[in-house]
Amino acid sequence: MMTLEKLQELKEKSRLVLEERLKEEDNTEVKDGNFILKGDYYRKQTRIALRNCEIIRPESIDEYIALDGYTSLGRILTEMKPEDVINTMVESNLRGRGGAGFPAGRKWAEAFKYDSDKKYVICNADEGDPGAFMDRSILEGDPHSVLEGMAIAGYAIGADQGFIYVRAEYPLAVKRLKQAIEQAKEYGLLGNNILGTGFNFDIELRLGAGAFVCGEGTALMESIEGKRGMPRTKIYRTAQKGLWQKPTVINNVETLANVPVIFQRGTEWFRGIGTEKSPGTKVFALVGKVKNAGLVEVPMGMPLREIVFDIGGGVADDKAIKAVQTGGPSGGCIPADLLDTPVDFESLAKIGSIMGSGGMVVMDETDCMVDIARFFLDFTVEESCGKCVPCREGTKRMLELLEKITSGEGTEEDIARMESLADTISSASLCGLGQTAANPVTSTLHYFREEYEAHVNEKKCPAGACQALLEFYITDKCIGCTKCARNCPTSCIDGKLKERHVIDTDRCIKCGNCASVCPVGAVIKR
Amino acid sequence: MIRFIMNGKTIEAEEGMSILEAARENGVNIPTLCHDKELTPFGGCRLCVVEVEGSKNLVASCSAKVREGMVVNTESEKVVKTRRDILDLLYSNHPQDCLTCEKSGECGLQDLCYRYGVKEGSFKGEVKNYAIDSLNPVMERDQSKCILCGKCVRVCSEIQVTSTIDFTGRGFNSKVTTGFDNPIDYKNCRMCGQCITACPTGALINKQLKGVRPWEVTKVRTTCPFCGTGCNFDLNVKDGKVVGVTPNPESPVNGKSLCVKGRYHIDFINSPDRITKPLIKKDGEFVESSWDEAINLVVENLKNTRDQFGGDAIAGLSSARCTNEDNFVFQKMMRVAIGTNNVDHCART
Repeated sequence: MMTLEKLQELKEKSRLVLEERLKEEDNTEVKDGNFILKGDYYRKQTRIALRNCEIIRPESIDEYIALDGYTSLGRILTEMKPEDVINTMVESNLRGRGGAGFPAGRKWAEAFKYDSDKKYVICNADEGDPGAFMDRSILEGDPHSVLEGMAIAGYAIGADQGFIYVRAEYPLAVKRLKQAIEQAKEYGLLGNNILGTGFNFDIELRLGAGAFVCGEGTALMESIEGKRGMPRTKIYRTAQKGLWQKPTVINNVETLANVPVIFQRGTEWFRGIGTEKSPGTKVFALVGKVKNAGLVEVPMGMPLREIVFDIGGGVADDKAIKAVQTGGPSGGCIPADLLDTPVDFESLAKIGSIMGSGGMVVMDETDCMVDIARFFLDFTVEESCGKCVPCREGTKRMLELLEKITSGEGTEEDIARMESLADTISSASLCGLGQTAANPVTSTLHYFREEYEAHVNEKKCPAGACQALLEFYITDKCIGCTKCARNCPTSCIDGKLKERHVIDTDRCIKCGNCASVCPVGAVIKR
Repeated sequence: MIRFIMNGKTIEAEEGMSILEAARENGVNIPTLCHDKELTPFGGCRLCVVEVEGSKNLVASCSAKVREGMVVNTESEKVVKTRRDILDLLYSNHPQDCLTCEKSGECGLQDLCYRYGVKEGSFKGEVKNYAIDSLNPVMERDQSKCILCGKCVRVCSEIQVTSTIDFTGRGFNSKVTTGFDNPIDYKNCRMCGQCITACPTGALINKQLKGVRPWEVTKVRTTCPFCGTGCNFDLNVKDGKVVGVTPNPESPVNGKSLCVKGRYHIDFINSPDRITKPLIKKDGEFVESSWDEAINLVVENLKNTRDQFGGDAIAGLSSARCTNEDNFVFQKMMRVAIGTNNVDHCART
């Protein structure tokens, strides 16, 4: 049976092996006694949740143990009372990384309070925002950190059963988790009588079936219970009546991955990173029109500009940055002139966006903000569960209004209707999905209203992205090479050899072939 | 007791009560479409939203408990605007055919649109359009009129415990239907019609009541003649004819619940097959006779049998369709006049 001493021995032994391997592979360096990945991209980050990713081999529990894995759990089980664990968590002020930012310690304290024959810990790994892959990377790269975090949560609140609700679309994460759970059980770090302390904690996987709304806590529990994934009424808090009506704690993958480190290095260390109200780091999936797309983990409060330009390397093709979208379909677009906003829960909320689970999409001057709002609404309409009217019917109507505007049929009145409807959807919807569904519209209306107005009044898309509102035009730069005419699928370009060509806009289907084949850039969108 | 302020007045409510329940007890009419006090709260229609001071969003009063000192406004400008929007959204995705709808006059959606002045569905866009399912004998199911309040789903699973129907699809495309979208009477459904009673709109219609406007009928409360349970309901009488049955929530035994027989049995009342005169078999043929002749024949035969073979040679079977008084008199007759305990009744067990 695994004991604390044996764990320590194993750690020392494995550490030597790991060091050897890392030295050989030579893609890491040591900073303050910790391994970090080499390169500027990583050097500018502060990796806590991603601390082990790409450093240890995720299939190896020994390598996780080598980097202090399961020592927090061991120490907690042997030295700390559940109350102390909760106090530490409250003191750390670790806030939920899934989006809402609710302090994890307070969730635990609440669930601890209720007496029950059974309690549950759930790891929410139903990451669904378009373009987000923070949780996936942790599950695939460092599954044990999540398991350890869950076991600590279980000990703290008095639960002996955990569930990981993970998307079936993450087959590698599922495989790694299964393997990690098996290994941990084999080592006596999960299951019955963990480390000989009498504490039991088991973890099972539940696979999602592709519904975005199942990332919402109560819909997630309905789904685990085998029912249709629809959010519950909010009569009780999950901490009081959650899974099968028992006290339950639901934490996000990234939140749980932070937990063991907090116990290793102390709350003071943790609170020293980030801002006062949002301590620690946050992982972002930096994507879109940025040079170095990828996962970045930075201290909270880092200005957006630093993330996009210093780490991300700025906008691709050196175009002008227009906005950064944070928070996925529940978030908002932050205009370029607010790029110095520190990225933390409060600051982002103040400017009409949210932290969300960590999606960060960089947009340049060719991105139409109305079209961006339409894209996210399209996603929400698709993913609404259909339970409550404002979300089911309201988002659909809002999408129809946006489609009307982007196709050049919109009016000023449509903009006003959308604003009014956004208010109803936000304030009357049942769950977070509906309550935040209108954010992409309200934030773009707030910062880019003139783009909406250009669409409805001048029937123009300033960014040149809305197909219905643009036309292709051949300027006098044309050398009459006939390439465009030969590549036009509708034969709507006329012109003699070595003479300027003309597009018949009535027949043009705006496929853009002409512009891409023109050797002199004479075809423009206008 | 919890004390709090609703619409400027201090009211008291029991702990654990919802804001909606407290409001209704105090005569404040908060509208709902998905709420039913006999079913678990659903929180889907969002019409019961109210403003609670200190809450960022509006609060669904059906699923929020009263709290000491809370300040609630059930009809503020914001609340009314939101309800109007919700009704507009519902009606925009609903056939605009109230003039010919069977449910007109007792439709929850129509009533609330009237209350909040929603004249038309003002959002012009996609409207759901499903085929009507009416191949079964008892109900017409028009999904296009369904507002997805989920009452039928809950009554089917929580009261009838059959779970024949549930939500399928997602978002705008979600609908309430049976497994694999089969016709309603394909397998599990017991045709009890509980869902018809629960439905606030014209999505589920009792076929017997088609063509009958709700205001044309007189309701006569009676007891079901079918079994010994003694359910009450209202016979709907139009032009002196019973045209259908609707449950009466005041019924002490069954409340709003009815079974397939209770709800749909009335077709025998005016059936041409019904026997209204006594028939006596003469030379192998049933022949109409007078009541006197028939009763005399029965008396004579009973007497003869009793005198010749004794009272125990006769057995009496009574019916649950008779009243208690009839059944009492019948068993008395068997025991005293015939002299036997051979008397039984189909609903005895």
